[in-house]
Amino acid sequence: MSEKQPAVTQATLVKKAAPKSDYKPADVSPQRRVQRTFAVRLWSIRHSRLLEWFYSRFADVFLLLHPLWKGIGYSRVEAPVKFVEKRVKGFMFDCRMCGQCVLSSTGMSCPMNCPKQLRNGPCGGVRANGNCEVEPDMPCVWVKAWEGSRNMVHGDKILTVQKPVDQSLRETSAWLRVTAQAAAARETNQNPGASA
Amino acid sequence: MNARQRDENPAGIHLPLDPLPGHTSRGRLERVLRRGEFAVTTELNPPDSADPEDVYNRAKIFDGWVDAINAVDASGANCHMSSVGICALLTRMGYAPIMQIACRDKNRIAIQGDVLGGAAMGVANMLCLTGDGVQAGDQPGAKPVFDLDSMSLLETIRIMRDNGKFLSGRKLTTPPQVFLGCAVNPFAPPYDFRPIHLGKKIAAGAQFAQTQYCFDVPMFKTFMQKARDLGHTEKLFLLCGVGPLASAKTAKWIRSNVPGIHIPDAVIKRLEGAQDQKKEGKQLCIDIINEVKEIPGVAGIHVMAYRQEEYVAEIVDESGVLKGRQPWKREIRRDDQLVAERLDHILHDEITETQVDMVKTAH
Repeated sequence: MSEKQPAVTQATLVKKAAPKSDYKPADVSPQRRVQRTFAVRLWSIRHSRLLEWFYSRFADVFLLLHPLWKGIGYSRVEAPVKFVEKRVKGFMFDCRMCGQCVLSSTGMSCPMNCPKQLRNGPCGGVRANGNCEVEPDMPCVWVKAWEGSRNMVHGDKILTVQKPVDQSLRETSAWLRVTAQAAAARETNQNPGASA
Repeated sequence: MNARQRDENPAGIHLPLDPLPGHTSRGRLERVLRRGEFAVTTELNPPDSADPEDVYNRAKIFDGWVDAINAVDASGANCHMSSVGICALLTRMGYAPIMQIACRDKNRIAIQGDVLGGAAMGVANMLCLTGDGVQAGDQPGAKPVFDLDSMSLLETIRIMRDNGKFLSGRKLTTPPQVFLGCAVNPFAPPYDFRPIHLGKKIAAGAQFAQTQYCFDVPMFKTFMQKARDLGHTEKLFLLCGVGPLASAKTAKWIRSNVPGIHIPDAVIKRLEGAQDQKKEGKQLCIDIINEVKEIPGVAGIHVMAYRQEEYVAEIVDESGVLKGRQPWKREIRRDDQLVAERLDHILHDEITETQVDMVKTAH
């Protein structure tokens, strides 16, 4: 309690004790190291309304193709669809393939890019300039999510409390899962007696 | 010997209080808040040792001045005694700890286990936090877990308490009876989202909230205005975070090194201009308390006096927030006192008995 306040923190000591070398990969978190720039991600957030519109059309098309997916078999079509989804969403949103996409509820800003992977809102450490606490040069994913959601028609979806990530769904196609679920919901609506 | 204190179980100080209608926990803090009294909480600086006395000594200086003590969970991602451990020690002595749970170090399996363990030890209050990034602490090479976030953690414990189920849906035989808290930082962007975000936390299960250090009262007022407009203050008890700054230098260091703490220039100027900066820091804290206690919807204060814990009592006393009320205080029980009077000498008398002596006296 009454000890003297140390001039340096424990963290500084640890950093100083690290071996000296010109090669310093540990200055950023592994998450940040995977990607180079935020330009495309930020473009997507600025155009969240357009992407929201496009996404809902796209989901309709996928649902229309449900008989096709079912015919080939969802498990067989998974690999190629995932291949495309990973690359497209990876380019557009820096997608991390959590397999349970919530982009439409987070202003088209992928919450898995947050170093803490928060899916329900910002942490308390956001810097005054709106950048991340962990990655000082990265704009906070949730500051951007809030901005993006304000442009969207269904932007208030940001208010729903998201369930914890199901880690067992990592590296699976969210597009196919959503389509299969929508198809199942449509069937139970059409003939409610059949499912009972 | 005083009459029995208000919020104390007659059968023993370490036991939970009688359940009251409308209360979700059997703890002291919820009773104080629901009675409408202005609550005071504080934070215990966790020791870097395995000695229980360290915890008791650090808790003792708050005696009779605070309603609950936060047991921090490796704050700033620095290793210390665990919050579960601190809570185990504090509940034994009758204190009302607020068990902080950070999502940084434990996954959902460990957290749900700790919630049950904590509640079984008599922890009545739990504070759900996301936690600082591991980069901030003394072990930046640690694996950041972040399996849940503060919101889903709140919801998980609420489901355990109200539905009597684990997250998986498996049933609990006795659900934990806890008062759920969250942290809120009105002083970090996105400012207009913060009050709405608090509403989300209420929906997830938060019943009380502790804010980040408040040094900018006008900013806090606008936040509270919005929170009141949204009806949050009727559903949740909001405790404003305050604390003394040791010096202008510390304030500057905190401002540039601790993310999420907003210190306006005026505060630093006031500290720099003072003769005794430490005293001025304490006075500044008292002035802020006097301002925030008048804001409608503020149900209490949370005094964070890291490494200045000895000032907590003075700050609470001089700001007069308790209005003459004395929070629960640990007292020696009558029977303990009797034993101490009669047998205290055995601790001090220097009697060395050998076995030979014992045989002699036996005959």
